[in-house]
Amino acid sequence: MNSTRQFRFIFKPLVFAACAIPAGLMVLGIMKLQGITEFAPMDLGADPVSRLIHACGITALNLLLITLLVTPARQISGWNNLIRLRRMLGLFAFFYAVMHFTCYAWLDQGLDLAAIGADIVKRPYITIGMAALLMLIPLAVTSTSGMMRRLGRKWIKLHRLIYVLTALGVWHFYWQVKKDIREPLLYVAMFAVLMAWRIGWRFKGKFVPARVPEKT
Amino acid sequence: MKNHIPRIASSEITPEGVYLDRRQLLAAGFATAALGTLGASTTLAASPPALAPLTAARNQAVSTSDAPNSYEDITTYNNYYEFGTGKSDPAVEARDFKPTPWSVTVDGEADVKGKFTLEDILKPQVLEERVYRLRCVEAWSMVIPWTGFSLASLLQRFKPTSKAKYVEFTTLLDPKQMPGQRDAVLRWPYVEGLRMDEAMHPLAFMAVGLYGKTLPNQSGAPLRLVVPWKYGFKNIKAIVRIRFTEQQPRNSWQIAAASEYGFFANVNPAVDHPRWSQATERRIGGGLLAKRAATLPFNGYADQVASLYSGMDLRRYY
Ligand code: HEM
Repeated sequence: MNSTRQFRFIFKPLVFAACAIPAGLMVLGIMKLQGITEFAPMDLGADPVSRLIHACGITALNLLLITLLVTPARQISGWNNLIRLRRMLGLFAFFYAVMHFTCYAWLDQGLDLAAIGADIVKRPYITIGMAALLMLIPLAVTSTSGMMRRLGRKWIKLHRLIYVLTALGVWHFYWQVKKDIREPLLYVAMFAVLMAWRIGWRFKGKFVPARVPEKT
Repeated sequence: MKNHIPRIASSEITPEGVYLDRRQLLAAGFATAALGTLGASTTLAASPPALAPLTAARNQAVSTSDAPNSYEDITTYNNYYEFGTGKSDPAVEARDFKPTPWSVTVDGEADVKGKFTLEDILKPQVLEERVYRLRCVEAWSMVIPWTGFSLASLLQRFKPTSKAKYVEFTTLLDPKQMPGQRDAVLRWPYVEGLRMDEAMHPLAFMAVGLYGKTLPNQSGAPLRLVVPWKYGFKNIKAIVRIRFTEQQPRNSWQIAAASEYGFFANVNPAVDHPRWSQATERRIGGGLLAKRAATLPFNGYADQVASLYSGMDLRRYY
């Protein structure tokens, strides 16, 4: 098997499976809660709604950061195939962000549109979370190869939104904790490192403009 | 010892359904334990150390008729930052905590002061059970059957002087036993306080038990406050000091973030937390699709306690 085939048929499915694990754990947790199974590796605990919101939120944020790690990892390792993972990682981040919102809007707020609207307007952490989610939509929609080709350089510009929305996601995390900000600060630090790498790379004079990845 | 309240074992008055639930829980626990060897990693506490049963009659007059949460929910989901900031941390981290021997120092504006052992404190008290609603500042709630005695009956024994306007409580400071205290998340030790008239209100309660058994460590053993019309953080746990003061004490959460947490912390759906709404709450144990319930002023105890605050601007004194 050549390295591209190996990548496509072994590595990529493995990463796909890894991205799906949190969702699988949550589904098992829900099944246990509903009495369908007796055992679940992730127990949803006494407050399953909050547990699901948090699990989806943190997974979405993790995946956004991992998506941002692709380029530095490629630059460091020289393994260009990595770029072929980026779309999948980004789409999984979108998936978990949508599930996060769904858990909030449906399970927590009971689809009470007035209450959700009030939250979005009144609570800054929800406002910026919503902004981040809305920004993810055009990125997901234009993630197809056809869209990449059609948009060309505009695609690159549009997809720079990922920096803004990830920053908002980290900020949203920071703002919603009650007191213990150690974990959000870790995310601030990780995001800062990812951005600093990009700036450093540019200053090294080696900056290669982000490429539209070829069809995967 | 005088004893007007007939002593009935809690098991006789707890509705049978609750006990059945608990038996099922036990069975579920065994299933998890059996599967545990296959790599289960639930964060829930293993079967707690045997806790002594307590004899106490339920005080029906002050108890809510809402169904109590399960013992499992109450003891695996709570905030107790001394044992970590996650809500399932206390059940795990407090397992080896030693609530005996215990003593409480009483000082400040009172005639009877000194160091009292837990036995001294408990001896003259007649235990009773009270089923109270608990509303967390994080907008979730539970219903909990506490065993204990009225706070007033304890405080009166220390003969507070006319200068005693407030009473301050302090939690044990022992980072060796309380790993959460090794991190400066809050200023340790935890401090809470009440105005004297609040402390003497008949609903204010000192708990030493839960579900008819000695209080488990993660719930604040051996001695914790329960003030049901206030947000949960007022209910200070593992109390080692009671001090009567003229000045309003500075409670830990107020020190941590004065714009978000005040001294009074009365449950109030009309005054939002700056970052989230207090208008509704999620009752723990309702499952995935349970609707949020409206939060009531003073957590539903307004008839009894609202008069304590007449004329006060509750927006300002949150
Ligand atoms: C890209 C978009 C978003 C990301 C990356 C994100 C991420 C997160 C993270 C990491 C947490 C904390 C989880 C934890 O503590 O373990 C969180 C909490 C939360 N988020 Fe989001 N979020 C996003 C969008 C939204 C949106 C659109 C809403 C609602 C309109 C929302 C509502 C919430 C709520 C209600 C919480 C829990 C707060 C609490 O428990 O007090 N988020 N989010």
